[in-house]
Amino acid sequence: MKVPGLLILAVGNLSRGDDALGPLLLERLATLREQYDDWQDVDLLTDFQLQIEHAVDLENRALVLFVDASVSCPPPFQFSRVQPVRDTSYTSHALSPAAVLYVYQQINRAPPPPAFQLALRGERFDLGESLSVTAEANLVLALDFVRQLLTRQEAKAWGQLAAFDGQ
Amino acid sequence: MSDLETAARPEYLCRIAIDPLSRVEGHGKVTLLTDKDHRIRQARLHIVEFRGFEKFIQGRPYWEVPVVVQRLCGICPVSHHLAAAKAVDQLVGAQALTPTAEKIRRLMHYGQTLQSHAVHFFHLASPDFLFDFDDPVAHRNVGGVMADYPDIARQGVRLRKYGQEVIRVTAGKRIHGTGSVPGGVNKALTLQERNDLLTDLDLMIQWGRGVLKLVKQAYQLNPGYFTHFATIRSNYLSLVRTDGALDLYHGGLRARNERGEILFDHLDYRRYSQVLREQVKPWSYMKFPFINSLGSEQGWYRVGPLARINNCDFIPTPLAEEERQAFMALGDGQPVHMTLAYHWARMIELLHATEAIKELLLDPDIFGEERVVHGEMAREGIGVIEAPRGTLFHHYRIDEDGLIEKANLIVSTTNNNQAMNESIRQVAEHYLDGKELTEPLLNQIEVAVRAYDPCLSCATHALGRMPLIVELVEEKTGTVMDSLARDADGTVRSEMTSPSRSGFA
Repeated sequence: MKVPGLLILAVGNLSRGDDALGPLLLERLATLREQYDDWQDVDLLTDFQLQIEHAVDLENRALVLFVDASVSCPPPFQFSRVQPVRDTSYTSHALSPAAVLYVYQQINRAPPPPAFQLALRGERFDLGESLSVTAEANLVLALDFVRQLLTRQEAKAWGQLAAFDGQ
Repeated sequence: MSDLETAARPEYLCRIAIDPLSRVEGHGKVTLLTDKDHRIRQARLHIVEFRGFEKFIQGRPYWEVPVVVQRLCGICPVSHHLAAAKAVDQLVGAQALTPTAEKIRRLMHYGQTLQSHAVHFFHLASPDFLFDFDDPVAHRNVGGVMADYPDIARQGVRLRKYGQEVIRVTAGKRIHGTGSVPGGVNKALTLQERNDLLTDLDLMIQWGRGVLKLVKQAYQLNPGYFTHFATIRSNYLSLVRTDGALDLYHGGLRARNERGEILFDHLDYRRYSQVLREQVKPWSYMKFPFINSLGSEQGWYRVGPLARINNCDFIPTPLAEEERQAFMALGDGQPVHMTLAYHWARMIELLHATEAIKELLLDPDIFGEERVVHGEMAREGIGVIEAPRGTLFHHYRIDEDGLIEKANLIVSTTNNNQAMNESIRQVAEHYLDGKELTEPLLNQIEVAVRAYDPCLSCATHALGRMPLIVELVEEKTGTVMDSLARDADGTVRSEMTSPSRSGFA
């Protein structure tokens, strides 16, 4: 079965305050997708955190976008290119997007598809908390940005926008 | 219990913290107190974060619980899903599930066990097996495994993925699954789903056997190290089936002492509070459970793969049973106490999970139409399951509106709390005592903790939160004498704030 060319992979926990930013962005994209014919080749996938098996989800894709909350990116969000990097973080309960690409490279002995990361700035992550007001505002801006991205689903076009921080 | 738990004069000792632990799920830290001769005087494992599970669940309607508890942990959401579902079965008066419901849940559970054990061994623990302690930091991780042992790394990824696929098919979704509902399940398998899962299964079984060979080779290369490293004698607790077989989904509680003698057997887990108690210690957020009849000093126990393999009389699948017999021969009629044998036991269970999945996929009950039963409502429900990391208790009481009034969860890592502390003390005493502490030496502490596969996780993982910091602190004043930081990219930085590590009070 042919898989959609563009994978948007969001990670986060809906019950952990701003950690929900990634899954919520995907939820909103999912509700919008019927309005856009050119979103039909887009696969939306959510998980709690990135793990080694997500390398398999990258197979046969033309383009990949990782979406996650961040405690360190400049607000409201940061869009950047991701390259495979051998993960030496040691805390491997949550791989970085770069590490997932590295796993892909190792298990397939081939370069991964071009990949980008959208980091959304979050502030609080405690169990049972709702999304913060700041994060909600960041989410709205990030959603607009992704809609722009989806008008040109090409690595070259996205590459020109990389390092964009929403300012 | 080791006398390294509490030092007599801590104010005159230096404190070293390993914070957070690496390749351990979630946030924990180890603190060591040493004197001026580098003698270890105190060693403690701290769970950093208070998780507030019970508060999170209180006030929610009972039927939501199996779904919402999956958000407690991104590492083993299916274990929480199933333990909660078993408790909720009692709330809705489902005394026995239909064959279809029970087998679909078992399938889900074995998928979870397979993927959890695969990621732990191949991704988190295999560097401990394949590389020496003094291997460079930048290499002694899964990246190094992938570079040097690409086939092993590939198998780990595919085994994990296969387990996730079993979960997806049985739970309905990859995450936030709704497969288990009060009194049963909401879907059976289709023939197509069954056939798809069967396609790669023999390969998974073959890989399961292969990884056991790898573990046994590692043992044979260095039996002395395996036998002694972090090894402690302990009691063991797990569920067993009515006939004494290994059963990860359901059974009665069995406990053995360190000589292998039965302490209690086939105990209805709804009576767990009669045999287990939890001790609170002022220096830790996490409680310390113990077997009531033995008291807190002697009654602490271990759970998880090592406990389960030690406790059961046999494994009901042939290949894993063959491996169990070879494993138990190490104990010569007594339990196997080697802490590093957790990895070995874990891989026996991984093989068992692949075999059990095959048996279930070939069982026509998984296509059944009767999926849910209900009976007379009750106000209290207790669900217990053998999660990948060990025995997991979910206990709920509801009010007259069906809202959760009280919840008590004892997670696997809590059950192993005292044992993990005892293991790091053994390592501290035998491998670190009297030596100037270096990163390879400190890493041995982490190897001991990792053997238990503790889940200190909270499913929070925002980008940019992954440093390892080792600090040497002057205990009396709190002054940081020396600091070594390892960043998320693996870079190690020295942040020296004093001329040497010898500035003791």
